[in-house]
Amino acid sequence: MKPRTLFEKIWDNHVIFQQKDYPAVLYIDAHLIHEVTSPQAFAGLKKRGLPVFRPDRTWATMDHNVPTKDQDKPIQEEMSRKQVAMLEKNCCEFGVRLYGLGHPYQGIVHVIGPELGITKPGMTIVCGDSHTSTHGAFGTIAFGIGTSEVEQVMASQTILQYKPKTMNIRIDGKLSKGVTSKDIILYIISQISTAGGTGYFVEYSGTAIENLSMEARMTICNMSIEMGARGGLIAPDETTFAYMKGRKFMPKGKEWNKAVAYWKTLPTDKDAKYDKELFIDAADIEPMITYGTNPGMGIKITGKIPTEKTFETENQRENFRKALEYMGLLEKQGKQLLGQKVDYVFLGSCTNSRIEDFRNIAQIVAGKKKPDWLHVFVVPGSAQVAEEVKKEGLDKIFTDAGFDMRGAGCSACLGMNEDKIPSGKYCVSTSNRNFQGRQGPGARTFLASPITAAVTAITGVVSDVREFI
Amino acid sequence: MKKKKLTKIISTAVPLDMEDVDTDQIIPARFLKATTREGFGLNVFRDWRYDFEGNPKPHFVLNHPNYKGEILIAGHNFGCGSSREHAAWALSDYGFNVVVSSFFADIFKNNALNNTLLPVQVSKEFLRKLFDAVTADHTTMIEVDVEQQTISIPTKGLSDHFDINPYKKICVMNGYDDIDYLVNMKEKTESFEKQRKDDYSLSF
Repeated sequence: MKPRTLFEKIWDNHVIFQQKDYPAVLYIDAHLIHEVTSPQAFAGLKKRGLPVFRPDRTWATMDHNVPTKDQDKPIQEEMSRKQVAMLEKNCCEFGVRLYGLGHPYQGIVHVIGPELGITKPGMTIVCGDSHTSTHGAFGTIAFGIGTSEVEQVMASQTILQYKPKTMNIRIDGKLSKGVTSKDIILYIISQISTAGGTGYFVEYSGTAIENLSMEARMTICNMSIEMGARGGLIAPDETTFAYMKGRKFMPKGKEWNKAVAYWKTLPTDKDAKYDKELFIDAADIEPMITYGTNPGMGIKITGKIPTEKTFETENQRENFRKALEYMGLLEKQGKQLLGQKVDYVFLGSCTNSRIEDFRNIAQIVAGKKKPDWLHVFVVPGSAQVAEEVKKEGLDKIFTDAGFDMRGAGCSACLGMNEDKIPSGKYCVSTSNRNFQGRQGPGARTFLASPITAAVTAITGVVSDVREFI
Repeated sequence: MKKKKLTKIISTAVPLDMEDVDTDQIIPARFLKATTREGFGLNVFRDWRYDFEGNPKPHFVLNHPNYKGEILIAGHNFGCGSSREHAAWALSDYGFNVVVSSFFADIFKNNALNNTLLPVQVSKEFLRKLFDAVTADHTTMIEVDVEQQTISIPTKGLSDHFDINPYKKICVMNGYDDIDYLVNMKEKTESFEKQRKDDYSLSF
């Protein structure tokens, strides 16, 4: 048999039907849904008189809209309350299990999937959310879809897809002090731009990736979409199996052994070919931060913001000027971002809100206090992460530092609930997007790793984490 | 279920000469709380169109009195970021039937096609010619022919070919829907499920 990549093996296993020139009919193993991108899909099913075809393969939670304060009380904001109530009603009517507010498993959809063991190697997973790529960290074809496609999957447990091209990004070597997986992915995007991965499914490989924890791998796969790639994936290995074993929806006993034996057949064959390959030396990566209004506008923390002159066309210069103008940084061209005063720090989102992230943050923050002017949101990715944060006493470290400890949800990553960054204010954020208005109308976002955000939360200015560890 | 059909569009166009327009700009997250598909056009490009008090920003192209039409011309990498289909709903609800760019983000392109909002990808050079023609004369008529897969400005003798996958072309031209197609696959799906090996997704 022709040598195949990890992606191709999983893809081939899920193609039900392929007609020439038509997209493949791809079977979907797990469908994750949430309150924002599902109501119109459920309404479509009702209109057609169709059931959810495989409710046992469907999981629902609420995350985008939910308040992170007083989660035991009714939701204040009317539209949010209605949307959440509609998810409850739809799940009840269509027989879909729901981990709603107050449920011990509630949380950001891409945090709870792996945490509960829904996510396993070799699967296909979709969700009406672009950061579904997160699940790829387990050796899974996982990608975000639109609401029409959510309806397709509900109705048929399949989706129409053209086979994407494959790209291998290989990162070898040892990461330097203070460099995390968030810096790896911000570095890659800064190199290949927000469109550099479009049309591809990316596999991340190499010794630097193999040495990462599952949480760190999820951060990388999570942001694959920020370079335009539909998804990213990493071959399952012993680190993957150790993370998964014993989780709620994992096979047990003999089944577990059979599953592991199968998962070990998934990694890319020796002579398999990718459509594109990119090689990165881990030693070239430093802590990263973004200065502009898309995730490709990133620099090394000690680097300088580019100047207009470095752009080729007038159109690009104009786009660059607009980005800096929005960020209030027109005067900072050619200068460092280090030392820039910030108003908010957001520690959360599907990119960086897992227990390991909070442990790393706590190590830096322990015994210190934030400056008076700064507001620091700490938003665990799930109710289970929140519980663990408490169990390990990290919440005390955060509240002692003057941080604002919240309940689980997407929160200020996209400002759909009350957690917003006010207009004109600067926020160092562990999330994934620095688009205009993403964290609230007029908000100005600098994306960085959890430890870079943690030192900034203590100093109140953009800081180099290497000086603190 | 039958949807809108698109075969030929002849219209003036709105030039949005910006690159990397993300779906957060097309429809900000705070407007995603609706539970129907209608009405999003009101808030399309909300924060570029209006200031915080709700007054129109005169310099934004959608507020320009001259620029109207069913065709939006936009810069490279249009629709990147969030998978929200609300972006396609908002553009369509506002009155656009075609978006022209030199590059589209994947998910946006799928979402647009699923809503009979035709993404027309042209070369960077042709895109520039379109921008130039429309900004020089806002009454310039652009013709998009889905059957022939061409986009042209007949008065200027400009024309370019665009790709659309054959399946989606049939859907767009006839108003067909993927769900009818997939639900008709039910027997194939069920026999696939029965024959499957190595499926551990539900073996808990």
